[in-house]
Amino acid sequence: MKKVYSKEEFCIGCHLCEIHCLVQHSKSKDIIKAFKKEFPRALKRVHVKEKGHLTFAVQCRHCSDAPCVAACLTGAMSKDERGAVIHDPDKCIGCFTCIMVCPFGAIQPDKRTKRIVAKCDLCPGEETPVCVVHCPNRALVYEERKEK
Amino acid sequence: MAKVKSYIPSDFNIERDPDKCIACQVCVRQCSYEAHIYDTEEDAVNADESKCIGCQRCTVFCPTEALTVGPTSNPNQKANVHWTEKEIKRVLKQAETGGVLLTGMGTDKPYPIYWDHMVLNASQVTNPSIDPLREPMELRTYLGRKPDMLQFKFKDDGPSLETILAPQLKLETPILFSAISYGAVSYNVCESMAKASKAAGTFWNTGEGGLHKNLYQYGNNTIVQVASGRFGVDKSYLDVAAALEIKIGQGAKPGIGGHLPGEKVTEAISQTRMIPVGTDAISPAPHHDIYSIEDLSQLIYALKEATNYTKPVCVKIAAVHNSAAIASGIVRAGADIIAIDGIRGGTGAAPTVIRDNVGIPIELALAAVDQRLRDEGIRNQASIIAAGGFRNSADVVKAIALGADAVYIATAALVAIGCTVCQKCYTGKCPWGITTQHPQLIKRINPDIATERLTNLLRGWSLEIKEMLGGMGINAIESLRGNRLHLRGIGLTDTELDILGILPAGR
Amino acid sequence: MRLKSFEKDISGCSLTGFIHQDGRRVTGEDIMKSIACMHDRSNGLGGGFAAYGIYPDFKDHYALHLLYDSMKSKEETEHYLNQNFLIDMEEKIPTRKTPAIKNPPILWRYFLNPKRETREEAGLSDDDFVVNAVMKINSEMDGAFVMSSGKNMGAFKAVGFPEEVGEFYRLEEYKAWTWIAHGRFPTNTPGWWGGAHPFTLLDRAIVHNGEISSYGINKRYLEMFGYKCTLMTDTEVMAYLFDLLLRRHKLSIPLACKILAAPFWTDIERMEPREQELMRVLRIVYGSGLANGPFAILLGHSNGLVGLNDRVKLRPLVVARKNETVYMSSEESGIREICPELDEVWAPKAGEPVIAELKNKNI
Repeated sequence: MKKVYSKEEFCIGCHLCEIHCLVQHSKSKDIIKAFKKEFPRALKRVHVKEKGHLTFAVQCRHCSDAPCVAACLTGAMSKDERGAVIHDPDKCIGCFTCIMVCPFGAIQPDKRTKRIVAKCDLCPGEETPVCVVHCPNRALVYEERKEK
Repeated sequence: MAKVKSYIPSDFNIERDPDKCIACQVCVRQCSYEAHIYDTEEDAVNADESKCIGCQRCTVFCPTEALTVGPTSNPNQKANVHWTEKEIKRVLKQAETGGVLLTGMGTDKPYPIYWDHMVLNASQVTNPSIDPLREPMELRTYLGRKPDMLQFKFKDDGPSLETILAPQLKLETPILFSAISYGAVSYNVCESMAKASKAAGTFWNTGEGGLHKNLYQYGNNTIVQVASGRFGVDKSYLDVAAALEIKIGQGAKPGIGGHLPGEKVTEAISQTRMIPVGTDAISPAPHHDIYSIEDLSQLIYALKEATNYTKPVCVKIAAVHNSAAIASGIVRAGADIIAIDGIRGGTGAAPTVIRDNVGIPIELALAAVDQRLRDEGIRNQASIIAAGGFRNSADVVKAIALGADAVYIATAALVAIGCTVCQKCYTGKCPWGITTQHPQLIKRINPDIATERLTNLLRGWSLEIKEMLGGMGINAIESLRGNRLHLRGIGLTDTELDILGILPAGR
Repeated sequence: MRLKSFEKDISGCSLTGFIHQDGRRVTGEDIMKSIACMHDRSNGLGGGFAAYGIYPDFKDHYALHLLYDSMKSKEETEHYLNQNFLIDMEEKIPTRKTPAIKNPPILWRYFLNPKRETREEAGLSDDDFVVNAVMKINSEMDGAFVMSSGKNMGAFKAVGFPEEVGEFYRLEEYKAWTWIAHGRFPTNTPGWWGGAHPFTLLDRAIVHNGEISSYGINKRYLEMFGYKCTLMTDTEVMAYLFDLLLRRHKLSIPLACKILAAPFWTDIERMEPREQELMRVLRIVYGSGLANGPFAILLGHSNGLVGLNDRVKLRPLVVARKNETVYMSSEESGIREICPELDEVWAPKAGEPVIAELKNKNI
């Protein structure tokens, strides 16, 4: 299954992946409306980590044996037909168990509602996830790799 | 002591469209000069225009195209063709610092561009033009010394070649990457040029930065430079290369040596150039062992001996007033290739006055050198590479028609990978990641992407050259080389036409 | 008669030639018929012939054919010739009044040899001495042009249709084993006697149908070796290139043809190693001698006749054989007009020379 992988040697810390992820998951899918007119603002599911000169984007690894799916109390975390781990906000009770078990820190709470969780869904309906498309330096790639 | 108040107004205006700005801070993060500032309280981005150098990184990266960055024009200053804003600012800068004003890239002064005063021929009726998509069209070029005639043994089963040809560089297209030193640019840029030249069947030039060990694998496509500072020159450097180039001068700053400001001398640079970290690398103006033409001959042959006469030796000079005579001397001194770099040539750092006022345009130098070598009957003994601000494939075709065997490009290559010619290379803060060694900034050049861009550039220009050749009814580049009858001048004086050796359009 | 600015002449046109390989000499009637058959390929502004074996009584003398604008040009040139050569015989080139050929210049021929002391002082061979003299006359003597300068051969050219030119020069009175002829279709000049084909140097004569788009560099390349291209027609460089390659650089005719019509790099890469290296180096060294652009040429010389097309064959050339005779022409009709029954007929491939030689070569 194809996943998004990060190449930290090319990440320039621009955060454009975060911006376009947010737009993709907004109501209007228009960048200006998404940022200036939608309340509450949509949530980004990819996060750029920075330490000194090192920067790279982290998002859900869509693990084959995902700890978050096992840990989820309500079954809001599940695997879809692609093999991706997806989150159903209607079932989510905001217990944040998934956040605690995720070894990558790829799940973020919604700080406003303190309930719903935001997580990468590999942009269903798009041929390539938008973070990959909009990375200006090919620091994110969408490919299939053998699991070790 | 209190700092002197600067009288210098900002060079650039930054305009932010409030309806479009989403305060995403991409501009803040991308600007290496810190001209954009995020105000956390207001959740808004503001600008400190005094820091802006007009590189356009922010305008290109802004996801909503909310930014416009343009040069200021001071309405308070009276219009003056002599005392322009630029000249006034330069005087002020020197008053404030007492130093030499530095700049980067090639001169932007409005000297005439002779390429734009020459037009090309096309064949009609009496000679069919050739369609390069359907018929063979040959761009292959060999650079090196050639004999006037060949010796054969005529045997029963046909002639057998006795002459052994001097070493040649084989190019699939008459365009090479000119000298850009590792130090002036980042490692990733060098790697991209190396990979692109390998893919396109041409060559790149290390400049005076030496050759990084990881790039030795591209040796077959590498021309190594032996410049006045002899940075990085040792046996393995010479052995791995395809050709050696003695740099006497460069078009951007004839008469002075290379300059790498200390800010850009990192550990890796220090190792490759063999100099201490953080020191300015200033190459001496002359080679201190070349004070005359016979000294040059000595160095040429020393290099040939050191490499067993297996590699062509090139000598690079800046285009100056008596280039023709110098070139003749260089050919007779044993050079296999001469590279001539015109006043539009670029640099990572040079004093502004020298960049803008010393040297002559490559078009005139090339015409003069080619004609002089022919007059002396020695044109075959060395190939000519022309350099200095080639912008497109038409410039290349015109240069070959004037007499060049091939053309060096550097500024065009950097523009292809993102450079916007802001001329601030010497600060080491290039926001495009090109002329910098800063660990955060060098990531901005991804060698995969840059290699693709450079290969695309060469491919696009090569296809265009083929189209123009076909239009002239020529199917091999050697039939264009030096063929000035395919050029005509427009808007040139009689003297200029005479120096270029071309007829005016209409004749 | 000098043209003020460079008006390059386009060699549109017709060409034809044949060689009797057994050395049998025939009059100019056949060649005139052959070229007249292709009348429509010219426009009457130039025609010319070259013939080999026509001066058996003077076969060891250089036969200089000269055309002069005026008596003054003749005097100036003859003064120079007398200083440098021993002239054993000189006379007007016989012509007949023909209504089609108007305002003929003064036409004179000289049978001469270089003065030995003068030549030795200059340190040149006989051939080099004569070539220098030709270059000097063409470039420095106003109104004088050398039509041909070979031994036991001559070129005859004028403004007019070739058959009219042949009539004017009374070619039926000459006997030669090789004849070549050319009719011109110039698009520029009003017609200048010096601009008609063939272009000659020593015993080599070229007739050419085509346009050399590499002329600008071929000319500058030849100038490096001392040749002066003065006749404002691109064919001139072909004549000089053959002189350089064959006489001075001592290459064989096939090699010289491989320089003018060089094989493509992709074809060279498919050759056997020895030939591959030979062709590769030949192209690298002689790139400025490549004649680019469409052409079909006939090269006549004292021992044979060569036909060659450009490397992509953009002009017609047909070759035929009957017994001991080889014919080469722009059109098969030109050949069949004088030899209806042929043993074989073919069209040579691009860049492949057809070389026909005399059985008993002249030394």
